Amino acid sequence: MPEIGLTINGLPVTVDEGTTLLEAVRFLGWPIPTLCYMDGLSPYGACRLCVVEIGEGAEARLVSSCTYPAQEGLKVRTASERVLRARRMTLELLLASCPQSKTIQDLAAAHGVRQQRFKQEYEDCILCGRCVRMCEEQMMAKAIGFRNRGENRSIGTPFDIKSDVCRLCGACMYVCPTCQLRCTYNEPERAICGACANLTPPCIDKEQFNDMMCYMSPCVACEIEKEG
Amino acid sequence: MTQRANGPDSRDIRPQQGVDTKDIREIVARRGDERGGLIAVLQDIQARYGYLPQEGLKEVAEGTGRSLVDVYGVATFYRSFSLTPRGKHLICVCLGTACHVRGAPRILEQFQRELGVGVGGTTPDGEFTLETVNCLGACALGPVVVVDGKYFSNVAMPGVKGILREARSGSTRLKEPAAQASAR
Repeated sequence: MPEIGLTINGLPVTVDEGTTLLEAVRFLGWPIPTLCYMDGLSPYGACRLCVVEIGEGAEARLVSSCTYPAQEGLKVRTASERVLRARRMTLELLLASCPQSKTIQDLAAAHGVRQQRFKQEYEDCILCGRCVRMCEEQMMAKAIGFRNRGENRSIGTPFDIKSDVCRLCGACMYVCPTCQLRCTYNEPERAICGACANLTPPCIDKEQFNDMMCYMSPCVACEIEKEG
Repeated sequence: MTQRANGPDSRDIRPQQGVDTKDIREIVARRGDERGGLIAVLQDIQARYGYLPQEGLKEVAEGTGRSLVDVYGVATFYRSFSLTPRGKHLICVCLGTACHVRGAPRILEQFQRELGVGVGGTTPDGEFTLETVNCLGACALGPVVVVDGKYFSNVAMPGVKGILREARSGSTRLKEPAAQASAR
């Protein structure tokens, strides 16, 4: 496979052709935070946390490293002041839409976000599309997808009813980086476990959950129920 | 979904009683299965039924080999597609910047008062559906109101009643059924 020479943080490196900047940078050991990226799924470039700066001087610009292929002679900076500033802003915005998400809270804390200047929305989804790609690419189901547009955009099944092609595998919830899609107690026929935030897991008293798989490994509610 | 009675004297081009799957299969077949064909198929179905019926979307997904969620995503992405049945006449008030400064919000209010429905609503008799659009590109003619594909320019408050009368008389309806979908 042809190799490509590029400079990452001033260090000349060679990578295989077709490698994305994110893969190259991570392989070489520099940290880049991501939310929408996942090994085994196609890169999507939705969360914008993986931004890096490429080019020099007036040519320099920010790109999402997960979707940008390595190019010959490219100069990449993964932690320049501009990158860090953009990343902090992105995190502040993500935090404003999903302030309850532990994952985003941790990332924000780790990257020095010390303020919240935006109105908190308490959404349960950052529309990163991980679950959509998981459902399509790994589970081969295509049961969920994006719906509507703009501020009404959401992820779910067509017509908001249980999909014929959904096998209730739970992979969508398993890969959700905001861990909020699990908490769907209000809509039991579409929910799977909901144990992560509910003090009384709905699987205990809802018969609809019998044929559903559960990925909540610390949640032993069903076992307790059996014993009792 | 609301069902509405449809008299034999109706000028309506679309059958309201259920969805003919054969019909939809025909539309899908006519547009072939090229990649860009999905929107054309949905436009044809909308021109036929006035909205996109649920069973229709399923039929399209099957016919084109796409997943239902893809078809549904496209159908909900575009404003001109409707998933709920619309009235016999579609009133579209332009709220673009030029129309807005020339009084479109008051025109819209007048329509709402006359029809007794909000934006996106259909009158109980199934005659009118009121919608807004963000710009029709006819800014010099503002405020613009489109009824069933016919454009009314420089609409003023007193003209609203006349537009509704004209719509009821059926003269706003264009002859080509497909023209309604392509006008927007």
